[in-house]
Amino acid sequence: MNESSATTARRARACPRASRWDGHGTLASALTVVRTLRPKGVFAVTTLGIVILSAFVGNALWQVDPSFQQLNARLLPPLGVGYDGAYHILGTDHLGRDLLARTLVGARVSLLVALLAVGVAAIVGVGVGLVSGVFGGRVDHVFMTCVDVQLALPFTLLAICIAAITGPSLVNVILVLTATGWVAFARVVRSQVLSLRQMDFIAAAYGLGCGPGRLLLRYLLPNCASTIIVIASFAAARMIVAEATISFLGVGVPSWIPSWGSMISDGRTYLPVAWWVAIIPGSAITLSVIAINLLGDWLRDRLDPRLASPSDLVGILRGKGQGRADAERA
Amino acid sequence: MTGYLFRSATRGSIVLFCVSVLVFAMSSLAGDPIKLLVPAETSPEQLEQLRNAYGLNDPAGVRLGRFVSGLVQGDLGYSFRYQQPALSIVVERLGATLELALAAIIVTLLLALPAGVVSAVKRGSFIDTVVMAGSVFGHSLPSFFLGLLLIYLFSVKLHLLPTSGRGTLAHIVMPSLTLGLFYAGRAARLLRSSMLEVLHLEYMRTARAKGLAETIVIGRHALRNASLPVITILGLELGGLLGGAVVTETIFAWPGIGKLAVEAVIARDFPIVQAVVLLTATTFVVINVMVDILCGLLDPRIRLTRT
Repeated sequence: MNESSATTARRARACPRASRWDGHGTLASALTVVRTLRPKGVFAVTTLGIVILSAFVGNALWQVDPSFQQLNARLLPPLGVGYDGAYHILGTDHLGRDLLARTLVGARVSLLVALLAVGVAAIVGVGVGLVSGVFGGRVDHVFMTCVDVQLALPFTLLAICIAAITGPSLVNVILVLTATGWVAFARVVRSQVLSLRQMDFIAAAYGLGCGPGRLLLRYLLPNCASTIIVIASFAAARMIVAEATISFLGVGVPSWIPSWGSMISDGRTYLPVAWWVAIIPGSAITLSVIAINLLGDWLRDRLDPRLASPSDLVGILRGKGQGRADAERA
Repeated sequence: MTGYLFRSATRGSIVLFCVSVLVFAMSSLAGDPIKLLVPAETSPEQLEQLRNAYGLNDPAGVRLGRFVSGLVQGDLGYSFRYQQPALSIVVERLGATLELALAAIIVTLLLALPAGVVSAVKRGSFIDTVVMAGSVFGHSLPSFFLGLLLIYLFSVKLHLLPTSGRGTLAHIVMPSLTLGLFYAGRAARLLRSSMLEVLHLEYMRTARAKGLAETIVIGRHALRNASLPVITILGLELGGLLGGAVVTETIFAWPGIGKLAVEAVIARDFPIVQAVVLLTATTFVVINVMVDILCGLLDPRIRLTRT
């Protein structure tokens, strides 16, 4: 018995109703989910909640213009007070802009990029994976060659290259991240479809005259859903880091939009005299990414424990599509 | 086996061909390289002459053919900025990148091996919790931020290590830690779950029943079998390091391929970027094919089932 199935079994014993939504009303079901969260889930949900809230209402609560420059209030430390008597809870940067306001608004860029890039990458990747797995043969060959080509290209370098050619813009950043993010979805979904195809219910559906379209949408896609959700959560964490990296290197989000990556890049020069300029947005990224990764862990334990197994991962990563199938047979 | 070898190699070459077409397309989209070479006051006629001389007015198919045949002969173009063949500049920087990659691998192994093994053997203990928390932290921390934190701690506050450059052993500590911590986080986690899969198998009971010491049971019987999937995955990821760790090299001004590529992108010196991308892709594909072949040699099931 491997670790994940042991964990799931233990959890199932601890709360027998955990895995199904029953007729006890929404409140009871919600409570059940909360009970299964455990510390890492609680931490993840709380932190993410704070990030999402600050992206949406942060600016309404802390009504300071994030782009307002005040050169006589440069590099004020956290809890510093400007000459005009304005409080700067997290201090100011090299142009006297309020760091709290910028960090709050920066959350928007990170969330927007993560949501859109993961969304588009998931749609493309899942589509490719499903088609590749169902049709096999030449189609599969072409798509998997695309996957291999994509994997062989160095991601960060490619991203800054495209960004440098097309110029800095939010749309370009999202396109670049999508172009590099779909591969994970395609590989895992394909390997899952390959193993699902050997199941009796698929054979039954096929035997009853189900066409490929219906087979894809009604039978294969729903059975891949939990895996897709788990991969999407890890992908979101990766996208946030990737966006920050591109912006840090100066070719990502345009400089007039506050983003965590470019804030760190600004603060880098002032590290010896004003640590807060770089460390505060850096901590914001790190906390968000940890929270999303933990959420992904928790989702995986709950929805798709087998995805955690390294031997299975090797199968998927090596593109054989057999890892999952082997695990199923064992 | 010959058929299997042939299939692996063919697949690798097809991928490489597609990569070079993509790289070619990208550099064509990047704009007119002639304008970067000449002074701003050059007349349109002169520009046209130069374009003809460099063959830039030929159809795309002809230029692609010339590009690929150049690649096969090891000609990756001429750097605008350095006025030297791009390949020789890249090869010059390869040493620094290899050095950093090696140091990063050592750091990864030193951290991940004990952490992964101990947390699997002492599963559920305090150590396990700490290691798992550390591993999430390690691979969640963006490398450019970790790099800055290290610089702040070791260079600005403690004055222990140089902030950037290459030369002494002290220079390589922070870049290799930055890379190593990231990979160690993943490796420790993988090793732990891989060990947990193995620890319950029957040959472990046999080994214990033979009366072997626990260190031998864990070290020789469990670790050896558990490390295979970990080595495969890490091998693929660390393979990417040979193409230069773009961000880490930039932060620590490490004179490797990654930093060279970033500078080249900013200066629009695309032959260098092409050379780096192609070199990285080739390394990745070659490692991939080698792993394929190795897996096929070690496990006959793979070469029989694989189509």
